[in-house]
Amino acid sequence: MEHIDMLVDWSRAQFALTALYHWLFVPLTLGLTFIVAIMETIYVKTGDEWWKKTTKFWMTVLAINFAIGLATGIIMEFEFGTNWSNYSWIVGDIFGAPLAIEGLMAFFMESTFFAVMFFGWDKVSKKMHLLSTWLVAIGSNLSALWILVANGWMQHPMGMRFNPDTARNEMQNFWDVLFNPNAVNKFLHTVSSSYVLASLFVVGVSAWYLLKRREVKFAKRSIIVAASFGLLSSLYMLTTGDQSAYQVAHTQPMKLAAMEGLYKGEDRAGIIAFGILDPDKKPGDGKDPFIVKLEIPGALSFLGYHDLQAFVPGVDDLLYGNDKHHIAAIQQKIDEGKKAVATLKAYKEAKKSGDKERAKAALERFRAHEKYLGYGYLEKPEDAVPNIALTFYSFHTMVGLGTWFLILLILTLYYTMINEIEKKRWILYAALWSIPLAYVAHEMGWIVAEVGRQPWAIQDLLPVGMAASNLASTSVMITFWLFAILFTGLLIAEVKIMTTQIKNGPEEH
Amino acid sequence: MDTMISTYTLQVYWWLLVSIIGGFFVMMTFVQGGQTLLYRLGKTESERDLIVNAMGRKWELTFTTLVMFGGALFAAFPLFYAVSFGGAYYLWMAILFFFIIQAVSYEYRKKPNNLFGERFYEWMLFLNGTVGIFLIGVALGTLVTGGHFVRNDMNLSHWTTGSYGLEALLHPFNLAFGLMLVFLSRVLGSLYIYYVIDDTEIQKRALETLKRNTLIFLPLFLFVAGYILSQNGYRYDPKSHVVSAATLQYLHNYLSYPALLAILVAGVVSLLWGIYLALFKHKNNAFWYAALGTVMTVTAILFDLGINYTVFYPSLSDLQSSLTIENASGSHYTLFVMSIVSLLVPIVLAYIYAVWRSMDKHKLTKKEIESDPHHY
Ligand code: HDD
Ligand code: HEM
Ligand code: HEM
Repeated sequence: MEHIDMLVDWSRAQFALTALYHWLFVPLTLGLTFIVAIMETIYVKTGDEWWKKTTKFWMTVLAINFAIGLATGIIMEFEFGTNWSNYSWIVGDIFGAPLAIEGLMAFFMESTFFAVMFFGWDKVSKKMHLLSTWLVAIGSNLSALWILVANGWMQHPMGMRFNPDTARNEMQNFWDVLFNPNAVNKFLHTVSSSYVLASLFVVGVSAWYLLKRREVKFAKRSIIVAASFGLLSSLYMLTTGDQSAYQVAHTQPMKLAAMEGLYKGEDRAGIIAFGILDPDKKPGDGKDPFIVKLEIPGALSFLGYHDLQAFVPGVDDLLYGNDKHHIAAIQQKIDEGKKAVATLKAYKEAKKSGDKERAKAALERFRAHEKYLGYGYLEKPEDAVPNIALTFYSFHTMVGLGTWFLILLILTLYYTMINEIEKKRWILYAALWSIPLAYVAHEMGWIVAEVGRQPWAIQDLLPVGMAASNLASTSVMITFWLFAILFTGLLIAEVKIMTTQIKNGPEEH
Repeated sequence: MDTMISTYTLQVYWWLLVSIIGGFFVMMTFVQGGQTLLYRLGKTESERDLIVNAMGRKWELTFTTLVMFGGALFAAFPLFYAVSFGGAYYLWMAILFFFIIQAVSYEYRKKPNNLFGERFYEWMLFLNGTVGIFLIGVALGTLVTGGHFVRNDMNLSHWTTGSYGLEALLHPFNLAFGLMLVFLSRVLGSLYIYYVIDDTEIQKRALETLKRNTLIFLPLFLFVAGYILSQNGYRYDPKSHVVSAATLQYLHNYLSYPALLAILVAGVVSLLWGIYLALFKHKNNAFWYAALGTVMTVTAILFDLGINYTVFYPSLSDLQSSLTIENASGSHYTLFVMSIVSLLVPIVLAYIYAVWRSMDKHKLTKKEIESDPHHY
C-alpha cells in the first residue's frame, strides 16, 4: 500500500503544481481581454489615436501572459490521461465531452482571432479588428466555461449512470451536465474574480506610474476603465462567492465544515472572522479546534443555507453520523460500498462464466448498493476528511482579500474621479502591492475548491487513490521535478519580460 | 436521445473525425518544419526574423490542433486516452515537454530582458520541430506496432514495462515514422516559406532545402507505407470481439474500400505534385497542393488502421486487451451528442479560412517586419 500512496501523492502534487501554475496566467487573460476590448471600443468610437496606443500597450502585456498560459495549459489537458488514467476511463464518457467542446468552440476562436488582434492592425478594417478583439475575449471566457463545466461536474456529478458492463459512468443527460448548478455558479464566480484580478493588475501598474510621476494621463485613464470594471466585478464576485458557499453546503458538506474548521455541528453556526487552529486537534477528540477565534454568530448558517437558524453539520457529525439530523456515519457508507464492490465483482464473474441467472441476481444486488460504490474504495472513515487547516486558512485568506479589494477599488476610483489620486500615495502603494495579493486570493480559492474536495476526485464517486494511473511513483516524481524546474524558469522569464515592458512604458507602442 | 444511428456508425464517424484532425495536424506541422530551417534559410538576423514571423502567425493554430486531437480522442475514445497516455507515460510527457517550450518561444525570443537570451528560444523552436515532431511520429507508429499494456475486466489498465513508452523508440518502424514526419514537416515548411515570404534569397534557399528534404522524405515514406501494407495486423470478430491475428489486414482494408485507397493515392499524388510545381515550375502556391495532399494521405492512413474490425492499438502483452474502435469508444449517447457538436466544424474551418485569407493577402517582406513594432 505504501507504494500506491506514494504514487497518488506524487500524482496529486504534480496536478496541483501544474494547475496552480496554469492558474497564475489564466485569470489575467480572462479579464484583460475584456479590458483591452473596452479600450479598443473607446478608440473606435472616438477615433482618438491615444486610445489606440493605450490598447496596444495592454495587448503587449496580454500577449506575454497568453503565451505562457498556453504552455501551461496543454499539459493539464493531457494529464487527465497520463496521470489519472483510471479516472479518464471511469468518468471520461462524461468528462471528455466538455474538454473536446472547449477545444472546438473556444480554443480555435481564441487562437485564430488572437493573430488578427495582434498582427492585423494594418491588415483588416478597424471594425473587423475590434470584432476580433471581442472574439478573443469571448473565446477565452468560453474556454473557462467548458473547463468549469467539467470541474463543476467533479464537484457535483449528475446526469450519468454507472454501466457495470463497461465498468464506467455513462452520460445520460447532457443538459444536466451543462446546467449543473455547481458548474454555472463556478463559472460565474471564477470569471468575475478573474476580472477583479485583471482590474487590480491594471490599477496596480498604473499606480506604479503615478508613483514614479510618469505617464500620468495614461495611468489615470487606465485606472478609470479598470477600476470601474473591477468594482462592478467585485460586487458580482461577492454574490457569486456567497452562492458558491451555498452550493458547497448542499453538495459537499464536508468541504464546508473544513472551510470553517467546524467539528461539532450546530444550529445558528457562526463564521470565524479570524481564528488560529489547534494543530493537534483530531476529529472526534472533543477538543476545541481553535486556539484563538473571533466569531460572527449565525453567519455560516446564513451563508450555507440562507437561514440564520439552520443546522450546519461539522466534521464529527459527517464522520461518525448524527441520528438527530439523519446523517449516516462514513463507516456505514463504506460498508455499503464494500457490498457494491463485491456484488459488482460477482456480476462480472457470473457474466464471464455465462451464468445469466446469477449475473442478473448479482446486478440487482449491486444496484441496491451502487450509490456508495465510491466509498467501497476507502480504507477507513478518517480518509474521508480533507486537510482542514489548509482549507480553512485558504478560505479565510480569500474572503479577507475579497473584502479588501472592494474597499481598495472604491478608494482608487473615487480619488481618481475627483482627481486627487496622485496625492494619496498610500493608496497607490496599496494598489501596487495588491497585485500579488490578487494572485494569492485566486490560488487560495482553488485550494479551497480542490483540497476541500479530497479524498474525492469525483465527489462521493471516485476517490483519488482509485483514479490515478498505475505507474511507478518514481516516474511521476521525475516528471514532477521536470515541470517544476521548467515552469519556474518560464515564470521568472515571464515576470522579467513583463516588468521590462512595463518599465519601458506605453510610449514605445 | 434515442436515435436510429447505430453505435458502430458513430464509432466509425468519430474515428474518421479523429483521423481528419490528425491529418490537419500533420499538415500544420509546416510550422515546426520552418522552425528547424531557421538557420538554413535565414543567413542574417533580419532574414531569421522574417521566417520566425512567418511561422509565428500560424503556430497557435498548430498547437490548438494538437490540443483538439487530444480532446477529440478523450471524448470519443476515452479508453485509448487512458491506456496509451497513462501507460506510455514517458513518451507522451516528453512530447508535451517539447511543445511547452515552443509556446513561449515566439513571444519571448526578441523581448528585452528575456532571461535566457535569443539563442535559447531559437533552440527551443528547433527542438520542438525536431524532437517534438519525431516523438509524435513514434507515438503514432505504436498504432501499428502496439503497446505493452494489459486491461482487466474493469477496463483498468497498466503498462508491463518499466520504461513506460520509451521502449517504442526501439522499433525501427516507429523511428522511421517519426523521422518521416520530421522530414515531411521540413518539406512543408520550405514550401510554405517559399509561398509566403517575398524575398528572393530566402526563396532560392527554400527550394534547395525542399529538394534535399524531399530526397530524404521519399524513401522514408516508401518504407513506412510499404511496412504498413505488408503487415498482417490484427482483427476482431464483430460478434464475439475476440482478437486474432490477420493476414495483410491494412492492405485488405484499402482493397475493401476503394474510395479510401483513392483518397490515399490522390493525397500522395497531390503532395508530390506540389513539390514538383515548386521545384520545376517555381509556382508559389505549390504549398497548397502539398498541404491538401498531406491532409488526405494522413487521414487515409489513420482511418485505415481502425476500420473494418481492425485492431487500432494492439497489445503486445495480452492480445485480448487490444483496443478497437468498438471497445475503446464512448457511449452511444456521448458519441451522439458529440456528433451534433461536430456540426460546428465547418463553421470553425470557415472562419479560420477567412482569417487566414485576409491576413495573408500580402506576402511578408523585411520592410513590414521592421516597420511593425508588434512583430515577434
Ligand atoms: C480574486 C480572487 C477571489 C476572491 C477575492 C474571492 N474568491 Fe472565492 N474563489 C476564487 C476567487 C476568489 C476562485 C479562484 O476563482 C475559486 C476557485 C474555484 C472557484 O469556483 O472559484 C474560488 C472558490 C470559492 C469557493 C469554493 C467553491 C467550490 O469549492 O466549489 C467559495 C465557497 C468561495 N470562493 C467563496 C468566496 C467568498 C464568500 C468570497 C468573498 C469575499 C470570495 N470567494 C472571494
Ligand atoms: C484543470 C483543467 C484545465 C485544463 C485541462 C486546461 C487546458 C488548457 C489548454 C490545453 C490550454 C491551451 C489552449 C490552446 O491551445 O489554445 C489552456 C489555456 C487556457 N485555459 Fe486552461 N485548462 C484548465 C484549467 C483552466 C481553467 C479552470 C480555466 C478558466 C477558468 C482555464 C482557462 C484557460 C484559458 C483562458 C486559456 C487561454 C490561454 C491563456 O491562459 O492565456 N483553464 N487551458
Ligand atoms: C486552474 C485552476 C485550478 C487549480 C489551481 C487547481 C488546483 C488543484 C489542486 C491544488 C489539486 C490537488 C488537490 C489535492 O490533491 O489535495 C488539484 C487536483 C485536481 N484537480 Fe484541480 N485545480 C484547478 C482547476 C481544475 C479544473 C478546471 C479541473 C477539471 C476540469 C481540475 C481537476 C482536478 C483533478 C482531476 C485533480 C486530481 C485529483 C484530485 O486530487 O482530486 N482542476 N487541483
